[in-house]
Amino acid sequence: MGRYCIKRLLSAIPLLLVISFLIFMFIHLIPGDPARMVAGMDATEQQVQVVREQLGLDKPILTQYVDYMKGLFTGDLGDSIKNGATVADTIGSRFGATITLTFSSMIWAVIIGIGIGIVSAVKRGSPIDYLVMLIAISGISVPGFWLGLMLIQWFAVGLRLVPTQGLDTLSSYILPSITMGAGIMAILARFTRSSMLESLREDYVRTARAKGLNNFLVIMRHAFRNSLVEVVTVAGLQIGGLLSGSVLTETVFGIPGLGRLLVDSIEFRDYKVIQALLLFFSLEYIIINIIVDLLYGVLNPKIRYD
Amino acid sequence: MSEKLLEVKELRTEFKREKSWVTAVNDVSFSINKGEVLGLVGESGCGKSVTSLSIMRLLLDTSGKTTHGEVMFDGKDILKISEKEMRGIRGYKMAMIFQNPMSSLNPCIRVDKQLMEAILLHNKISKQEARQRAFNVLQSVGIPDPENTLRSYPHQLSGGMSQRVMIAMAMSCEPQLLIADEPTTALDVTIQAQILDLMLEIKEKRNTGILLITHDLGVVAEMCSRVIVMYAGRIVEEAPVKDLFANPVHPYTQGLIASVPKLGSNMTSLPSIPGSVPDLSVMPKGCKFAPRCKYAQSICHEKEPELTYVEGSTVQRCRCHLFHSKREEA
Repeated sequence: MGRYCIKRLLSAIPLLLVISFLIFMFIHLIPGDPARMVAGMDATEQQVQVVREQLGLDKPILTQYVDYMKGLFTGDLGDSIKNGATVADTIGSRFGATITLTFSSMIWAVIIGIGIGIVSAVKRGSPIDYLVMLIAISGISVPGFWLGLMLIQWFAVGLRLVPTQGLDTLSSYILPSITMGAGIMAILARFTRSSMLESLREDYVRTARAKGLNNFLVIMRHAFRNSLVEVVTVAGLQIGGLLSGSVLTETVFGIPGLGRLLVDSIEFRDYKVIQALLLFFSLEYIIINIIVDLLYGVLNPKIRYD
Repeated sequence: MSEKLLEVKELRTEFKREKSWVTAVNDVSFSINKGEVLGLVGESGCGKSVTSLSIMRLLLDTSGKTTHGEVMFDGKDILKISEKEMRGIRGYKMAMIFQNPMSSLNPCIRVDKQLMEAILLHNKISKQEARQRAFNVLQSVGIPDPENTLRSYPHQLSGGMSQRVMIAMAMSCEPQLLIADEPTTALDVTIQAQILDLMLEIKEKRNTGILLITHDLGVVAEMCSRVIVMYAGRIVEEAPVKDLFANPVHPYTQGLIASVPKLGSNMTSLPSIPGSVPDLSVMPKGCKFAPRCKYAQSICHEKEPELTYVEGSTVQRCRCHLFHSKREEA
């Protein structure tokens, strides 16, 4: 398993190289001139040219790419064009908010989503099942920004239970977590339900019942255990999405996260930050995929890593 | 007279289809004695498996429901006891093995845990003792390297091995009744013979009653002392195995026996019964076999015959107008 991990991580390097090249090229296709943004709209063409030279933007594009890659391998991601801070610091200062929100959203979404998914599969066709599916469809269809605004309206403005903005206290995590987790909870509930309905029809579930096991053990130990592979895949993809930040939720709740950083950087043509962020998101997805693949092996004994 | 182990009386099981209920098993009555192998034969969809699942009360994950009848086991009507009480019987006094051994074992759990699960559930013993018992029971079903098998996952076992594990699991609490639902259908012929021998051996050693569900008349001839033939959810004939093969009374049984290939016969093609089993929701009015029966008369299409004893026999029963009229003529 250790060897498999190392193999997978090594195979990620060429992948990241290709990704970095694509990101670099695509960013330079975005219309707009970063030098003009830095110099200001009323700067003369000469001033802009000076800034362009300072930023190295006057060099041929391939030379710029080589410089960028050199920096990447020495751990120097460059400085943000917008505020002059290093790119690593800029991203680092925002990552904390994103990662804590990711986990606080995931934890409740996973527990509730899987839980109601199981109940709804076991009670299929009953009013509980319809209720759960209604919740799930609402969770998927309700836009995050609207849910966020409504939650602020009810719980922060109306009842004054939690703060409206920021992430200063523990209670300020509640509303953004609900907003970000709602869709994921809904997706997990639907996946768990359909995969449980399949497992519950399997022969080994009948065997488990024929042994005299009670309903709870039959469902959890025999049926759910076999549904986990699918559920883990979906949950993994969702974590990847959350780790890239959520522009809308962050904007609604005034949270300094990676999603807003990305949008701000794109607006300002702060291409160094954009490049670093996109590469970082790719890396997150690659790592999560490796973790999910490793979990497959734990959950399904037929999968072996050699 | 040997002791009755299980007595099924007028069992009826229905399934919900769309908005109506269809009857899968109707008016099924039979009994099994201790140490007896009773065969239950019939085509696919005739209600054999539903009968066994109704006895075990394992229709939970289906839309089926037993709506009428009694199943007397251990002095009680087990259709009336609580689900909790029934769980104490399932796997302990009454165990079941299924048709497809490869899919009947949980693919994610090691064999030892699956075996120990039932043992620990029904016996107050430690995990070490339960594992030892799992080892012993695997040995008793002829698994050459029990320790290795215990540590395996089901996908690492062959079909024959899996079925042995299933039998071991069923026998681990030494049940009085073993229900075997097509236990050899999914296996190679040589493995089939081994599994059947093993079941006979268990019967001899422990005086277990066995309800053997199959569509293979060869298996019936080899294993059973009595046979029940089912058609469209009803028992059409019941007889000791020798009488059934020597003197099948019901036209359906006659057709079944005629359609078994015989070694040394010069027939170029096998006789078959024309038509197919009627759909549950559109059952013929009279005798359910009448549309396929070459002897059918007008009464057969009008009125369903009763299951009655064949003239001069106290052990053979048949559900057919034809043989009634024959009897009346005689």
